[in-house]
Amino acid sequence: MAAAAAGPGPGSGPGDSPEGPEAEAPERRRKAHGMLKLYYGLSEGEAAGRPAGPDPLDPTDLNGAHFDPEVYLDKLRRECPLAQLMDSETDMVRQIRALDSDMQTLVYENYNKFISATDTIRKMKNDFRKMEDEMDRLATNMAVITDFSARISATLQDRHERITKLAGVHALLRKLQFLFELPSRLTKCVELGAYGQAVRYQGRARAVLQQYQHLPSFRAIQDDCQVITARLAQQLRQRFREGGSGAPEQAECVELLLALGEPAEELCEEFLAHARGRLEEELRSLEAELGPSPPAPDVLEFTDRGGSGFVGGLCQVAAAYQELFAAQGPAGAERLAAFARELGGRYFALVERRLAQEQGGGDNSLLVRALDRFHRRLRAPGALLAAAGLAEAATEIVERVARERLGHHLQGLRAAFLGCLTDVRQALAAPRLAGKEGPGLAELLANVASSILSHIKASLAAVHLFTAKEVSFSNKPYFRGEFCSQGVREGLIVGFIRSMCQTAQSFCDSPGEKGGATPPALLLLLSRLCLDYETATISYVLTLTDEQFLVQDQSPVTPVSTLCAEARETARRLLTHYVKVQGLVISQMLRKSVETRDWLSTLEPRNVRAVMKRVVEDTTAIDVQGILGPRPGLPVGWRIPMLWPPCSACFHHQVGLLYEEGVRKAQSSDSSKRTFSVYSSSRQQGRYAPSYTPSAPMDTNLLSNIQKLFSERIDVFSPVEFNKVSVLTGIIKISLKTLLECVRLRTFGRFGLQQVQVDCHFLQLYLWRFVADEELVHLLLDEVVASAALRCPDPVPMEPSVVEVICERG
Amino acid sequence: MYSRKASDSKVLTCAAVWRMPKELEPGSHESPDDSSSTAHTLELLCHLDNTAHGSMACVAWEPTGDGKKVISLADNHILLWDLQESSSQAVLASSASLEGKGQLKFTSGRWSPHHNCTQVATANDTAVRGWDTRSMSQIYCIENAHGQLVRDLDFNPNKQYYLASCGDDCKVKFWDTRNVTEPVKTLEEHSHWVWSVRYNHSHDQLVLTGSSDSRVILSNMVSISSEPFGHLVDDDDLSDQEERRPEEKSQEPPQDSVIATYEEHEDSVYAVDWSSADPWLFASLSYDGRLVINRVPRALKYHILL
Repeated sequence: MAAAAAGPGPGSGPGDSPEGPEAEAPERRRKAHGMLKLYYGLSEGEAAGRPAGPDPLDPTDLNGAHFDPEVYLDKLRRECPLAQLMDSETDMVRQIRALDSDMQTLVYENYNKFISATDTIRKMKNDFRKMEDEMDRLATNMAVITDFSARISATLQDRHERITKLAGVHALLRKLQFLFELPSRLTKCVELGAYGQAVRYQGRARAVLQQYQHLPSFRAIQDDCQVITARLAQQLRQRFREGGSGAPEQAECVELLLALGEPAEELCEEFLAHARGRLEEELRSLEAELGPSPPAPDVLEFTDRGGSGFVGGLCQVAAAYQELFAAQGPAGAERLAAFARELGGRYFALVERRLAQEQGGGDNSLLVRALDRFHRRLRAPGALLAAAGLAEAATEIVERVARERLGHHLQGLRAAFLGCLTDVRQALAAPRLAGKEGPGLAELLANVASSILSHIKASLAAVHLFTAKEVSFSNKPYFRGEFCSQGVREGLIVGFIRSMCQTAQSFCDSPGEKGGATPPALLLLLSRLCLDYETATISYVLTLTDEQFLVQDQSPVTPVSTLCAEARETARRLLTHYVKVQGLVISQMLRKSVETRDWLSTLEPRNVRAVMKRVVEDTTAIDVQGILGPRPGLPVGWRIPMLWPPCSACFHHQVGLLYEEGVRKAQSSDSSKRTFSVYSSSRQQGRYAPSYTPSAPMDTNLLSNIQKLFSERIDVFSPVEFNKVSVLTGIIKISLKTLLECVRLRTFGRFGLQQVQVDCHFLQLYLWRFVADEELVHLLLDEVVASAALRCPDPVPMEPSVVEVICERG
Repeated sequence: MYSRKASDSKVLTCAAVWRMPKELEPGSHESPDDSSSTAHTLELLCHLDNTAHGSMACVAWEPTGDGKKVISLADNHILLWDLQESSSQAVLASSASLEGKGQLKFTSGRWSPHHNCTQVATANDTAVRGWDTRSMSQIYCIENAHGQLVRDLDFNPNKQYYLASCGDDCKVKFWDTRNVTEPVKTLEEHSHWVWSVRYNHSHDQLVLTGSSDSRVILSNMVSISSEPFGHLVDDDDLSDQEERRPEEKSQEPPQDSVIATYEEHEDSVYAVDWSSADPWLFASLSYDGRLVINRVPRALKYHILL
């Protein structure tokens, strides 16, 4: 309401009268204004720009211009009841009174102002009249002044011309005097060694003398001057040739000689020859530092010295040359460019030799700083001599060094990876002290992964120096684009990951498949490493790289997914190979045991054969401990019960260490007992026990064939998945298939068969828990026993209960 | 005439020479066709006496000639037998033995049809060795030919120095015996031990392998066959009659491929061989006693012939 009181907006008309008693005052004032405006012929409507309101032509509008009291009264009388009439009458009376008093106040308030305004207007009229008179007078005076001034200049004209003539004569005389004195002055100057002064004099006089040489007197002077000038030139040349006085002085000499009109071509040759001499001196000193003796100054110092000595000199020469021989045109510039190119090339060769010495290793930051100085230094001559291409050449050198550096780092990373592998090998091969476990595989894996990662990071950091903001060459297009994307990302990081995968894969294809040059645990570890790379590390490292080196290049880069796929493939191959190797170890054991035994004349089985215990032990060890193949010194102690303490989870598993458990199919909550009874009493007996008589061999075949029809084909060397169960299943499959094939090649006596039966039952008891599908073990072991039975001329199987007892006894 | 192994109670594998009944093979005696399933009895001619040398692992006839020479491998001995007149007696002509660490045992051997039948290749453990039957001395040796035991060998019938081997590392390798450091080609199609490998007698790009993964695989090894691109054989006869130009076919790149995988067997396949009468017919034998006879796919046959 305060705002409304201070001054109502133009939009608020009487139609939308505000409510409340405080609104009365502005309402009234507005009315008064409206009336004033009306008086001055302003229509209230257009002055206020009111958007809506009563029709201005409405004769009943009390405030309207066309108010007709008669109509208004008629309307009131016609429309309103008595009470309202009374009300409107009192209201009207009140309004009239208020208007009267308002009018009075206005008149009182403004009376004085009207009077003073009238006075002012009167005074102004008088003043203007006076001013007009004075202006007239001013015009007359001005005319008089113009007249006088014209007369004075006419009088002075004559004299002024004479003075000018006299001044001209004076100057001419001065010049003549100078000419006459010139020979003596020149001589004096030459004697004093003020060559500059002499040349200036000579230059001033030459044109005149040339012009007036037909006059004998001038001729004499000219001859004198020429003699002196020749001497002067001689002396200057002398000084110039002597050299040694530094580039600026030489430049001065040349400048003077040029001013004396000596042939520029020749001078320019001579000048460059001198400069070459000096610069070559610099180069030689640099080369001396490069010398074969090892205590060469560090690369930073070297580039510093080269920068200040050679490049500085070259800059001076170029600047002086351009200043002196600017008139020579493009030919001169070309000559200078050739000069700079040649010497620059030699300088670059030296720098490259020095940088090559640095490639072997050492400090990246020092190298980058040295390169930075080198590059920065060459920017000045580069700008001076764009044609010589020095800056481009320098950039090229820097790029080449950067590239070589990348290669060096890649080599370093590879070496680090190989070093890690060697460490792991040593850790794995180190003899275990009794009771003291070596570092677990998980620990080794973590070590390898972290060490490789830190190497990668260190390399990235080192390489990152090349793109630091304060380095002068970092904004070159190469370092902004190609260096980041192709060099660092593709060349270094992707290249390293690829080579890592390749190295790892090479373990799979090693020709010594049988020799097992690679410890299986290493395969396992590498496989896990690759898998880790696939899941996390690759994307992490690449993200890190992309962040550090804001890759702006549009050239295609290897996507993360491709690398991941490669790593995964590597991991899979390694794991498969691991399974093969471990399976082979056990297979060899089984094969030897089957092949070397005389199965015909064997005794009645009392025990499970040691080799079977060993198989189970080794399988358990692959599962349970960090076993690396059979250890020679280990007595074949019989510790199966110890291997499964009630809490088997507290063992840390070799495979389990690095791989998750995986899913088992048809997990029987145990019991080897139950499965055994199925296997041995019903199925085994049902299948071949009654048909062991030689008369019915077809039954066995038929039965086994029918059974095979309903079982899936077993893919023995199938690829494994990344979990423990799959790995162990693979190993066991390979081993049992080998056993089967070996058994088929032998001939068994009755007890031989029984022994096989016992062995198989034993394996059955202990192996089922490792595999994904225990049915698989049953199937293979059934096959083994059936095959043995077929190869037996006298197949009498052992009582299942006896088999059980023997196996229980261990 | 044909040989087979027999065993007695001491588990000593022996070998003997038998004669097939005449009425079965009216044409020629040389054909070593397998006829064990017939009811005709075989006529025993003589035993190869190997009591001094251990179990017989393999017996091989001289591929050509009058069929008087037999090679047998027993433990670590290689024995060359000479059959006397009418094959009533086998005389040990010469022998050689393999010396080395441990118990060396031959697993397999083949007689090369080349070089006037003077070469024999044998396999023991992971090595493949070549022997000269005249001097009974070793002429080449492929150490570590396979990662594990070598199971079988076969000579390319048309290319002098080419040899195929297979073994427990699930691989089939092709060798040039003049360069024993590297296999010419390696196949890894099987998923278990490969027990048998055989070249087709006339079209040596066809290679048959049998494995204990109970599969038989027929491969087309065009790149190392004696018939590049498979169009040379009958070029003369066909080029006149047919409009098709031989260049068209020669533009096809040589590509080794698996032609077919036969999965009829339910158990390990231990032997495969080609028919000696029909080059497009082959048989495979598995542990469960199943003999499967297959044909080369018709499309391939025409491709090779035309």
